[in-house]
Amino acid sequence: MSNASTVWRFRQPSVLPGFGLALGFTIAYLSLIVLIPLSGVGVRAAALGWDGFWAMVTDERTVKALQVSFGTSLIAAFVNVVFGTLVAWVLVRYRFPGRRLIDAAVDLPFALPTAVAGIALAAIYAPNGWIGSLLAPLGIKVAFTPVGIVVALIFVGLPFVVRTVQPVMEEIDRDVEEAAATLGANRFQTITRIILPSLTPAILTGFGLAFARAVGEYGSVIFIAGNIPYVSEIAPLLIVIRLEEFDYAGATAIAAIMLVISFFMLFAINLVQAWNRRRYGYGS
Amino acid sequence: MDVSIRNVRKEFDRFPALRNVSLDIHSGELIALLGPSGSGKTTLLRLIAGLETPTEGSIFFGAEDASMKSVQERNVGFVFQQYALFRHMTVAENIGFGLKVRKGNARPPKEEIRKRALELLDLVQLSGLENRYPNQLSGGQRQRVALARAMAIEPRVLLLDEPFGALDAQVRRELRRWLREIHDATGHTTVFVTHDQEEALELADRVVVMSQGRIEQVGTADDAYDRPNSPFVYGFIGDSSELPVRVEGGQVWLADRTVGLSVENVPDGNASLYFRPHDITLLDGCGGCIAGTVAASRRVAGTRRVELEVGGAQYRVEIELPVDHPAKEQSRIAFRPNRWKLFPEQQGASVQSG
Ligand SMILES: Nc1ncnc2c1ncn2[C@@H]1O[C@H](COP(=O)(O)OP(=O)(O)OP(=O)(O)O)[C@@H](O)[C@H]1O
Ligand SMILES: [Mg+2]
Repeated sequence: MSNASTVWRFRQPSVLPGFGLALGFTIAYLSLIVLIPLSGVGVRAAALGWDGFWAMVTDERTVKALQVSFGTSLIAAFVNVVFGTLVAWVLVRYRFPGRRLIDAAVDLPFALPTAVAGIALAAIYAPNGWIGSLLAPLGIKVAFTPVGIVVALIFVGLPFVVRTVQPVMEEIDRDVEEAAATLGANRFQTITRIILPSLTPAILTGFGLAFARAVGEYGSVIFIAGNIPYVSEIAPLLIVIRLEEFDYAGATAIAAIMLVISFFMLFAINLVQAWNRRRYGYGS
Repeated sequence: MDVSIRNVRKEFDRFPALRNVSLDIHSGELIALLGPSGSGKTTLLRLIAGLETPTEGSIFFGAEDASMKSVQERNVGFVFQQYALFRHMTVAENIGFGLKVRKGNARPPKEEIRKRALELLDLVQLSGLENRYPNQLSGGQRQRVALARAMAIEPRVLLLDEPFGALDAQVRRELRRWLREIHDATGHTTVFVTHDQEEALELADRVVVMSQGRIEQVGTADDAYDRPNSPFVYGFIGDSSELPVRVEGGQVWLADRTVGLSVENVPDGNASLYFRPHDITLLDGCGGCIAGTVAASRRVAGTRRVELEVGGAQYRVEIELPVDHPAKEQSRIAFRPNRWKLFPEQQGASVQSG
């Protein structure tokens, strides 16, 4: 371990050949599919000049929209981490009639056109909908508020957490839990001190994916959000509004700042992952 | 802590993994559970730990019925075959885990736990590795950490499932001696599972030989080797040769010849004769002997193992010859076992030589 970290090498000798080819392909592929289109955003934004860009980005409506987008996405990702892990737990650990159906249903948010989901959710949570009419007497408004946005984002993000956590959970050794029990740990201690720590990397990945998906989500949100400027208007919608006004510069500026923020948040999650991995020594 | 297993039966979906097992383990004893794969060794160990519940019967720790107690309450140290270390914890944290999860006053202060972990690490000869993570250790080192972790809770019984199963022969022998030393130093009542008879015979005070969910024999290494009480044990422990014979008029017969062994108080009928390949006398003529032609011969260390076809090529037995013995293939050899054991086919007492 110590000599590996002191002598840094570009390329570790490996039993599998083809490093050069694989790296070349990766870079070319990523360039075509991801980097070049995204750098287009950067180039257009740069054309605005720093002052122009800054003015666009600090415009109050933009700031509010960004706050709504990232705020609701974070909340939704957190909720998904908690309940997605729970769903994965139930699916992995218990055998009950209908388990396979539920397992399959988890993927539905992937498959459903998001607009359909948005319309369905809006109908249910509207003040005269099934659930909305139950919540209305309590003074809780879901549809057409930021709460509604969170609900929609939870919906689209759920599979990401479940599907990243589930396989890792299946791999957990029964031995390890039994060892904890023989050492005197009760069920709760076993879960919090043994099981959850070993799931952390998967949970973090699930969080990152659900969050990223939520930030970019458009279709389902616009139907349930109400889209009130300064209150429940998300940044992707604002981009579309700017485009419809032929304000391409404004649209690119918002897109660029969203990219930057998203990139840094995902990068931070990756750093935590790497730290985690090094600490527990999985992987290389 | 005395452990007493009383008439325990364990079924998995109707499949009987243990059938009516009773065993008394004395305080401070080092006991080996020995048996072929699938004989129920792990199941018995897990029942003692409380990781499984018996279908019938009960398990006593001292005078106390432990059957209804949970794993956590039983306070046993269990060492798993695959170590089952917590890989997100350092070695010291692994060892201290059992103390850390204790409630209220029973939980020692942090420094105390760390100190205890370091002491145990010293005991298992791994001082200086306390801050490593499990995946930075070799197999043998992990095994020792697992043992230290199990001992940290001052268990009433220490249970080890094939503790050296995954290690190479050299390390196994080393750890074996070392486990004996630790046992003598700490005096924990210890039960370990193995399918390696050499390990069981060398290490344990008493060996429990199991087969198909039953205990065949409980005894010292000498008991198991010299006084096996069933054909299974005779065949399982050490090398053995078996011949189907017939008892008639106090004599043992192989086909139409007498073998030259006389038995008393054995009713006439079919029986199985067991003897050790090395424990025989070669004879020249054959007035009461086992005779056969050499079918195969191979060199094993300091001796030569020969397979003989006897009784008109019906049966094959193995015997050991000196290396310089002139026997070749097809040559005829006559011998008589020095020590042997006869198991009558009908239920009845077995008989053995002197
Ligand atoms: N959880 C289980 N469900 C069903 N059958 C089981 C279970 N555990 C054990 N068995 C069966 O019980 C029998 C005894 O198993 P056990 O694990 O005790 O054997 P063992 O003596 O430890 O064998 P080995 O030396 O291979 O580890 C086997 O036939 C096994 O298939
Ligand atoms: Mg086993």
